[in-house]
Amino acid sequence: MEVSNLIFVLCLGIASFFFGRNVIKVRRNIMLGRDIDRSDRSRDRWMTMARVALGQSKMVVRPVAGFLHILVYVGFVIINIEVLEIVIDGLIGTHRVFAFMGAFYSFLIGSFEILAFLVLLACVLFMIRRNVLQIKRFVMQEMDGWPKLDANLILIFEVVLMSAFLLMQGADLALQNLGADHYVKAGSFPISSLLLPLFDGMSIEAIVMIERACWWFHILGILAFLNYLPYSKHFHIILAFPNTYYSNLEPKGAFTNMASVKSEVQMMMDPNADPYAAPAEAEDAEDPGRFGAKDVNDLNWVQLMNAYSCTECGRCTSECPANQTGKLLSPRKIMMDTRDRLEEFGTHVSANGKDGEDGKSLLDDYITREELWACTSCNACTQACPINIDPLSIILDMRRYLVMEESAAPTELNMMFTNVENNGAPWQFPAVDRLNWKDEA
Amino acid sequence: MAEMMAKGEQPDVLFWVGCAGSFDDRAKKITKAFVKILNHLDYKFAVLGTEESCSGDPAKRAGNEFLFQMQAMANIEVMNAYEVKKIVTTCPHCFNTIKNEYPELGGLYDVMHHTQLLQSLIDEGRLTVEGGDYKGKKITFHDPCYLGRANEVYEAPRTLINNLDAELVEMKRCKSRGFCCGAGGAQMFKEPEKGQKDVNIERTEEALKIQPDFIATGCPFCNTMMTDGVKNKEKEEEVKVLDIAEMIATAKDL
Repeated sequence: MEVSNLIFVLCLGIASFFFGRNVIKVRRNIMLGRDIDRSDRSRDRWMTMARVALGQSKMVVRPVAGFLHILVYVGFVIINIEVLEIVIDGLIGTHRVFAFMGAFYSFLIGSFEILAFLVLLACVLFMIRRNVLQIKRFVMQEMDGWPKLDANLILIFEVVLMSAFLLMQGADLALQNLGADHYVKAGSFPISSLLLPLFDGMSIEAIVMIERACWWFHILGILAFLNYLPYSKHFHIILAFPNTYYSNLEPKGAFTNMASVKSEVQMMMDPNADPYAAPAEAEDAEDPGRFGAKDVNDLNWVQLMNAYSCTECGRCTSECPANQTGKLLSPRKIMMDTRDRLEEFGTHVSANGKDGEDGKSLLDDYITREELWACTSCNACTQACPINIDPLSIILDMRRYLVMEESAAPTELNMMFTNVENNGAPWQFPAVDRLNWKDEA
Repeated sequence: MAEMMAKGEQPDVLFWVGCAGSFDDRAKKITKAFVKILNHLDYKFAVLGTEESCSGDPAKRAGNEFLFQMQAMANIEVMNAYEVKKIVTTCPHCFNTIKNEYPELGGLYDVMHHTQLLQSLIDEGRLTVEGGDYKGKKITFHDPCYLGRANEVYEAPRTLINNLDAELVEMKRCKSRGFCCGAGGAQMFKEPEKGQKDVNIERTEEALKIQPDFIATGCPFCNTMMTDGVKNKEKEEEVKVLDIAEMIATAKDL
């Protein structure tokens, strides 16, 4: 085994270790949420994942962005077959270990090149959309700072990786043509052959240098990118799959009935209930928690996974009627805030244990009441999300906290509640007048 | 319902009128139009009358789960006592709540929106619809969120409009991408938050852009919001906002 193989093994090991550690950390954070049972209907769940995540069905609602995204997605998945070869070559010191496949290998390498070029092109177009065309959903206030930088870094990363791959291919072809040792004649080079003039007049040693440098840059870049994921919105390339699998399968209009409320209301309405009965001990031993959500640990783990899965594309916000008419609410910001707060809360928990309070909360420190009350619950955001994220359920849970724990609804809504309670209608009409329409002309 | 029960009869369907349909002057017209159609067909239906109470939808969307479940369980108790099986309602909010949120609380019914019932009556040949005043007129349909996205009912109202021999024109944002009227999520009962524009104005502008003769709705709240929007734009002479039940009733001279 040569030194270079050892270095490769070491890089691979370190990259895997840190990535694994971060994945465990994210999983731990997600599990800080409340439990919710999504173990039912596994067939439907697999189908949803196949259709929405694998099949990108909701991406193409917007044809331009959808098409470009599919290019990058397909390119990314297929080019990763090449990474397998690179890893094997790196581990055992071979060069183009799959070359024995002959014509099929040439076909594969040729398609990788075309895909790499298309990915590169798509990423450049994406950068233009973000930075030159300034499409509204990419330049809104919540995108200032890190989110904007994050988005551009991802695109630059991909452009650089694809360029390194194509340059490596070109150098390899040049070496094959020159009959250099070690460089077997294999593959096809529909794109990188255009780069051949670059190597005219160079010595074999120089071209080998370029080829090796690109090879190392490409694979180390991929490992670095892998480790960038857990810190970035780009984590969606992994989480989109579990996120769609565990997404809500009920009709969008069906809001959950809170079980904790159900038992109390049932007891209240049961004429045989003993008002002085001591609460049943055994099963109620655990703290029932607060009604609704004030902080991230009041949300359930699916909602928290949603936050880590969000790639901040802003389709939700650009369809939101409140946002489109200038209100403060942005469903994307709800998800970004949830993730930011969860990261902060998770760090605090790591240092101080699970019950540690840090004096902050998702409500007020991140999401304001004005945002929450602007929602019309129209489900445009959940419909628009390409990976079935549900910002509405978070808004509803936070409203529940405001109303049931703090009695902090806007005055007009409190009046509405009183009317429903007293008259059985949201307006102040006496219940006895309910059938009056029957006798009116 | 109580009268029918006393006579030992069961209706074919319970018409859930809803609070808007019972109390709001504009929405009462929708209720009456729908009842006229049912009476015209001798369709055996009943209403709960004073025994009906708010479905709990606005309370739930505003975050008051206690109040919602109290309303729901009281309504379920009444309906189960009458052995209600099938419900039709002109309000998509009641429709959604009773259909999707009552079952878990003990209320299992076959729930329909009035446009679905009317559609099935046409399919069965019981109801025939002529164009009347609407023949050849340009009608656009505003999808109620709780009928459309929430329950994926997009076609029944559109088929009814086509039955009127009218020209159905779609707004840019329609069906699953339909734009809210601004009333959902209990917004109907409060002032909107600060912004550049009210949601119903934005939607009305979109509707007026395609210059329809009528804006058709299937929800009493959408109806109010769109009517207000049209008035705000001073177009109430040119563009009428009507529920599809009202259109069918007037087309049949009922």
